[in-house]
Amino acid sequence: MTAPAAVDASRDADLPPARVGSDHHRRTALGRLGWATTAVIAAALVVIPIGMLASSILTPSTDVWREQWQTRLPGEIVDTLVLVTGVGFCSIVLGTGLAWLVAAYRFPGRRVLGWALVLPLAVPGYILGFVTTSVFGFAGPVQTWWRDQFGRDAWFPDIRSMPGAVAILSLTLYPYVYLPARAALRDQAGGAYFVARTLGASPSQAARRVVLPMLRPAIAAGAAVVVMETLTDFATVQYFGIDTVSVGVFRIWRGTYDRDAAAELATLVLVLALLAIGLERVLRGRARYGAAGGQDAGIVPRRLGRWRGPAATVVATSVVLAGFGAPTLQLAVWAIREARGDRGTPLLDRYLDFLTNSLTLTITTVGICLVVAVVVTNARRFAHPRVVGTANRLTAVGYAVPGPVVAMGVILAVVALDDLLGGVGLGLPGVVATGSFVALAYAYVIRFIGPGLGTVESGLGQVPDEITSSARALGARPRTILGVVHLPLSRASVITAAVLVGVDALKELPIALLLRPIGFDTLPVWVYNLASESRFEQAALPALSIIGVALVPVAILCRRLDRRPVR
Amino acid sequence: MRPQPTTTTLASPPFRVGRTVRHSLVMLTAAVAPLAVAGCSGGDDGQTLRVYSGRHYDIELAFTQFSEDTGVEVEFLTGNDAELRERIAAEGEETEADVYLTVDAGNLAAAAEEGLFQPLESPVLDAAIPAEYRDPEDRWFGLALRARTIVYNPETIDLADVPDTYEELAAPEWKGRLCLRNANNSYQQSLVASMIAADGEEATEHVLEGWADNAEIFANDIELLEAMAAGACDVGISNHYYLAQELEDDPEFPVELKWAEQDTRGVHINISGGGVTTYADDPDLAQQFLEWLATDGQAVLVHSNHEYPANPDVAPDDLVVEAFGTDFKRDPVNAQQFGLLNPDAVRLMDQADFG
Repeated sequence: MTAPAAVDASRDADLPPARVGSDHHRRTALGRLGWATTAVIAAALVVIPIGMLASSILTPSTDVWREQWQTRLPGEIVDTLVLVTGVGFCSIVLGTGLAWLVAAYRFPGRRVLGWALVLPLAVPGYILGFVTTSVFGFAGPVQTWWRDQFGRDAWFPDIRSMPGAVAILSLTLYPYVYLPARAALRDQAGGAYFVARTLGASPSQAARRVVLPMLRPAIAAGAAVVVMETLTDFATVQYFGIDTVSVGVFRIWRGTYDRDAAAELATLVLVLALLAIGLERVLRGRARYGAAGGQDAGIVPRRLGRWRGPAATVVATSVVLAGFGAPTLQLAVWAIREARGDRGTPLLDRYLDFLTNSLTLTITTVGICLVVAVVVTNARRFAHPRVVGTANRLTAVGYAVPGPVVAMGVILAVVALDDLLGGVGLGLPGVVATGSFVALAYAYVIRFIGPGLGTVESGLGQVPDEITSSARALGARPRTILGVVHLPLSRASVITAAVLVGVDALKELPIALLLRPIGFDTLPVWVYNLASESRFEQAALPALSIIGVALVPVAILCRRLDRRPVR
Repeated sequence: MRPQPTTTTLASPPFRVGRTVRHSLVMLTAAVAPLAVAGCSGGDDGQTLRVYSGRHYDIELAFTQFSEDTGVEVEFLTGNDAELRERIAAEGEETEADVYLTVDAGNLAAAAEEGLFQPLESPVLDAAIPAEYRDPEDRWFGLALRARTIVYNPETIDLADVPDTYEELAAPEWKGRLCLRNANNSYQQSLVASMIAADGEEATEHVLEGWADNAEIFANDIELLEAMAAGACDVGISNHYYLAQELEDDPEFPVELKWAEQDTRGVHINISGGGVTTYADDPDLAQQFLEWLATDGQAVLVHSNHEYPANPDVAPDDLVVEAFGTDFKRDPVNAQQFGLLNPDAVRLMDQADFG
């Protein structure tokens, strides 16, 4: 869903019907059925829990809806749209602009900044949110100093506002656009840019008329991720006093004890997300850009002038500082102050547990997501593209559903399964039913397989269909093709998928809050518990370690940025 | 030059796929199997008590103390009251929770209403906890009390000018001088529920509209108090123990507390308490734990968070006694009513566009 480089038009035309009669062809048909079945099962495993919760929309709580429509809901929808548009726009501008700056120009510090610009990906929005609001809030050091300088009533921009929320979310989310834009500039756009320049286009003409259209799928895919993250966020926006629909879901759920009404509101989030996906498909158009064979020179960066060079350095550096450097430094200061204080660091002894738990969960999620993503995306090449394509879009839908909704859906589904099995005398052991690691990992996979699937799909999309057809014409079995041809050719995208899923899973908060087994606290859970009580100094160390751990996959991404694929 | 979409037509080449179904299913299963094993390996040993707790700050101090006193190990899961309650309900008979602790009376009543608690016969609890702080049917028991009252910055306003009631804060003269917490918070919801109980819906909605006009809204009480100390506003509403926390860090913290509604119904009190779940594995042990929290464990449970003990034989911690005292009029707690009125409180705040 999120990052497929359009595999639409051509292959969706179904395969010609297999000739009946020969044993060989029957087996072929069965095999195709197998691939398709796997994809459909994967989709069902994702859709059933969400559907169980979303089906409450069929029996709407009319009173709640009427009240919400008359009171807060219109405002929440407007705020959601403004926020999503703002964050989407800023992320696209930042991500694409910085990617182009780094790819096309030489300026002081370009090499380091090229990868440093990915670092904000390691900082969860809710962490940057509380650091920023406490530093720039009314009682924070900045405003206090400001008032000391200019008097008690001196004007200062209110950080707890829509612009504040847009800025903070964009700073943590723009790498989702920056990364695919850099990759596309490196892999696809280089040759075209070179040709356009050779044919006499100026650099800016070539950028506008050739490179930008070619980047469109990558930008659209990245922007879709940004939009999903923004739509389903509830922790970050609350620091800024922004009431989105997702926040409304929580207020209704916790405050009126009406889960059904909350679930119905959550389907509204899902609808908005589906609209965004539709928009992405429109933006991406039917375009598909395969990698042309052969080596091209890529974009040869030009040196920026005496003033513009350092200016570029300043711009890129401030983005890295604002999104990564400054908050990390502030957290470090808090953590040190906490360690030196009277209480010491009370969390320290349980701390390794949180870290281990977070890591176990992340690695498990990544593992399952990758296996499923690779199998089902390949299934689309081998069998019933239309059926598998639809199934895969459904499999990815979890990314558009707020974490708490996924969590409640999983509880309901597993309990229902347990009842079902219990009916035939096969009850699951209690721990599996709910509050188990299985249920937790299941919910994580539902939530995060989307970005993994999208990335793997777009990687596979780069492998020309002709290669698959040739391999099949030569008699290779699909799983051989998968192992020997497709995987090696799309290895980079599989690794990228692992990293994206991993970073997301590591930062995930609401599912862990709701579904974690007893005694299985993760780092984000503790950060949230402490930060929601404004215990920032205590929250600093676990927050720093989330960032620290997330830096590992981010570093892998950084290393890959400058490496050109071997063709 | 415009990039052209590639078009390919796939023929259906002959290929052998006998075991593909099994093969791909095996791949899926292989990925999931280790988890199932990991999930099943948690065993029961009888002397472990499992607590779902809406209280999370420093709660482990009480649990550790209980383990030391009794040798029973306590495992706990912290979270939001309402979500933990949902989880216990969804888990049904399978729930691991023996005890459910909340920070809010409304959720206790709601849990009882949903049949998640079992009634206890406990002379110890009946003696320790006054009737107004426990369920008439003994399904849940209040353990700690928190007052939500008016706070002010003495550097910017005289005590004499500080309003006596929550309702007065809706008057136009407080425009731009009032700090309040957002509508998503359960303490704020309970306060509004108690106002509905006292003043009726119409009057409360009117007050909420006034609040909405006057107030700057904060995400939590600590942030509110610190903004107030920095001069953001003259008056506000906060739980008493957040101010105690600030005073613990900085005795000179420039915010003071005024007990609200002293000439009327009394200051709004909310209770943090708990009960034994209907499907507790070891209800006797769970009951023993509640009895301990209501007696020997009161001090460690309550003092760490500067609350007022529900057991009248136990004194609050020194800081609370010195800074706030114990002699003030309390609005009688009717948890049942909080539970029933909480959805109305949310609805009214929505209507008034408050917070």
